[in-house]
Amino acid sequence: MKRFTTAITFFLAIVAPLLIVTVVLRQPEEDHTKLEELRAKYPVRHHSGTDHSKMEALQKDFKNPHEITAACLSCHTERGNELLHSSHFRWEREAYIPGRGITYLGKKNLLNNYCTGVQSNEGSCMKCHAGYGWSDKNFDFDNPLNIDCVVCHDNTGTYAKASGAAGYPEMGEDGPDFKAILGSMGLPKSENCGNCHFLGGGGNNVKHGDLELALLTAGRNVDVHMGVDGLHMNCVDCHTAENHILKGRHYGVSSSNDNRLNCEDCHTPYPHQKSILNEHSIKVACQTCHIPVYAKVNATKMNWDWSSATRKKDGKGYAITDSAGNDTYLSIKGDFVWEKNVKPEYAWFNGTADHHLITDKIDTTQPYVKINTLFGEYRDRNSKIYPIKVHRGKQVYDTENLTLIQAKLWDSEEGKGALWVDLEWQPALEKGMEYVGLPYSGKYGFINTEFYLPVNHMVSQASQAVGCAECHTRNDGRLAQLTNFYMPGRDRNDLLDMAGRWLLIASAIGIVVHATLRIIASRRRQTAQQH
Amino acid sequence: MKNHKKVYVYKGFERFWHWNQALLIFVLALTGFEIHSSYSLFGFETAVNLHNKAAWGFIILIVFAIFWHFTTGEWKQYIPTSKNLKAQAQFYLLGIFKNAPHPTQKTLLSKLNPLQRLVYLGLKILVIPVMVVSGLFYMFYRYPQGSNIEAINIDSLETVALLHTAGAFAVMAFVLVHLYLITTGHTITSNLKAMITGWEELEEPATDEPQKDESDETK
Repeated sequence: MKRFTTAITFFLAIVAPLLIVTVVLRQPEEDHTKLEELRAKYPVRHHSGTDHSKMEALQKDFKNPHEITAACLSCHTERGNELLHSSHFRWEREAYIPGRGITYLGKKNLLNNYCTGVQSNEGSCMKCHAGYGWSDKNFDFDNPLNIDCVVCHDNTGTYAKASGAAGYPEMGEDGPDFKAILGSMGLPKSENCGNCHFLGGGGNNVKHGDLELALLTAGRNVDVHMGVDGLHMNCVDCHTAENHILKGRHYGVSSSNDNRLNCEDCHTPYPHQKSILNEHSIKVACQTCHIPVYAKVNATKMNWDWSSATRKKDGKGYAITDSAGNDTYLSIKGDFVWEKNVKPEYAWFNGTADHHLITDKIDTTQPYVKINTLFGEYRDRNSKIYPIKVHRGKQVYDTENLTLIQAKLWDSEEGKGALWVDLEWQPALEKGMEYVGLPYSGKYGFINTEFYLPVNHMVSQASQAVGCAECHTRNDGRLAQLTNFYMPGRDRNDLLDMAGRWLLIASAIGIVVHATLRIIASRRRQTAQQH
Repeated sequence: MKNHKKVYVYKGFERFWHWNQALLIFVLALTGFEIHSSYSLFGFETAVNLHNKAAWGFIILIVFAIFWHFTTGEWKQYIPTSKNLKAQAQFYLLGIFKNAPHPTQKTLLSKLNPLQRLVYLGLKILVIPVMVVSGLFYMFYRYPQGSNIEAINIDSLETVALLHTAGAFAVMAFVLVHLYLITTGHTITSNLKAMITGWEELEEPATDEPQKDESDETK
């Protein structure tokens, strides 16, 4: 028995601690197999099976761009039909929204708090439409010859649509070199996408903050995927397409949780070496930690105040530009606030969204109108915390009918009521609302609005990811606004903490008093003994 | 005065267990209250890593300690008794100042006085289990979610976290008082020495029983 006890004691005293130390402290080798696979897969460039410069049908002198489309469709016979059903052409999607039912929403009919909306402004806005001639409500969305194939598939980078021409390019001598362009046709390059998606809202990086021209030339420190010193990936490497329906959603205009593009699609849901990080992925989107800041190179618009628009100097509109070259005031648009290296705000989001329609009533008791509503909350199983660019605006509304107003902003001529041409609100509002067929009371004001854009690009290197203590901290952490759940390091129960503190203080006081009494008593005894 | 005799009170494992537990509780408290954002020392990430590792060490140690307690019969030391309970309380509140003798005689078979029995039993069956269970929930806690980690699916971390915090305060209060009570042995240091060396001078019981081997205790 004694020997047995000794053996056990020996085991417990010597072997067990060693075992514990080796098991607990052993760091696993970093395993980057998945990343290596992806690194091997993505540099492989697409090689087209067709050299379009050898196609006779394309080497003609085209009188108008519809003929170019006809030439494309003479070989790609079914692609036209695909495009007619794509959101790049229709600018709307069919989606079910709780409380609204089946809706047909998109850039075609939605409002935002940048340039507000396209209706009555098509002549200018459709410079970014993958089609020709959408100048007003009469545009034919079912004619495949209205599709612009070139704007996405030109690989020379020289194609351009004309300004204020409803999506048409210049033709003839002043126009692009179509022989070269059509000869180069192929998979879209990032430049093709960027022509619209980088410049949305009226200039580079104005709208998204994480999508801008710098992505074409920047390194991995700006975007780990697109960086020229890294894999130098193209937009369509991730935003793959099946029958011209591209993966990925922009929730300024989208509503449903389908055909999304997620980091997990390539990186798996649990890509980390440390399981504590993988556990975070249940409730925290990859983007939340891996996009610590956006607008890393050029500033993005954070605030747009339309109420100061139409001011004139010497009877003319004017502009104020800051030292970085960003407009901070334009008579045609109002005041802007620009920011660079912006920390996102954060929101629970489950991939579904609602939008404030132009027919929706405004609740003026609220501090602001939500241009779009990202659904989701902590208790929702499908929700995760996402980084959001919140674009705040002050935009025009009808103070009697309590609706947002679609103003007529653009026209090719003076005196047609266009705000950007005539610098007058009243006719712009009348013309705009007349165009969309909605009532306008004649009385307008400006109301605060918020627009929520999830941030997905400008992913940083892992070493730059948001650290633990940036959220797990008592005050002013990144998630300080998301208060409906308990987060270690941030949250505590004040009552419990106070009780605990007093328990410790009371114990300490008790000890000090008791010890003092003992010392006094002991001294007294000693004095008594001495006497 | 009765005779004093040097007795081997705390066995090797007992001391190993005690001091490792002390170290682990120190590390757990130090890192735990940092995770609680009471102060900043290691940084949140390191604090969490250390806390989790120390927690596993603590759990393993507890498993061995439970095994030891039952195989040696030492668990009986913690059976609560009302005998001398009042006298023991009176000793700490009054007698200790008059240099009165300890009312409970420390013997090999009964190392703990009735107050110690109560407090240690409370730690063993209430506070430490609450800390271990809430700690494991904390570690294996899964948020309300739709993905494929379904180990434990509870609604909120809050209850778990608050229980764990409350337990931490209780343990801290115990440690404070425990550290002080070390000095209340026959001499200021006799308790400390005993827990380090295992040997302590004990009063010989009136009925002079021969020292027993553990094997006899397992009845």
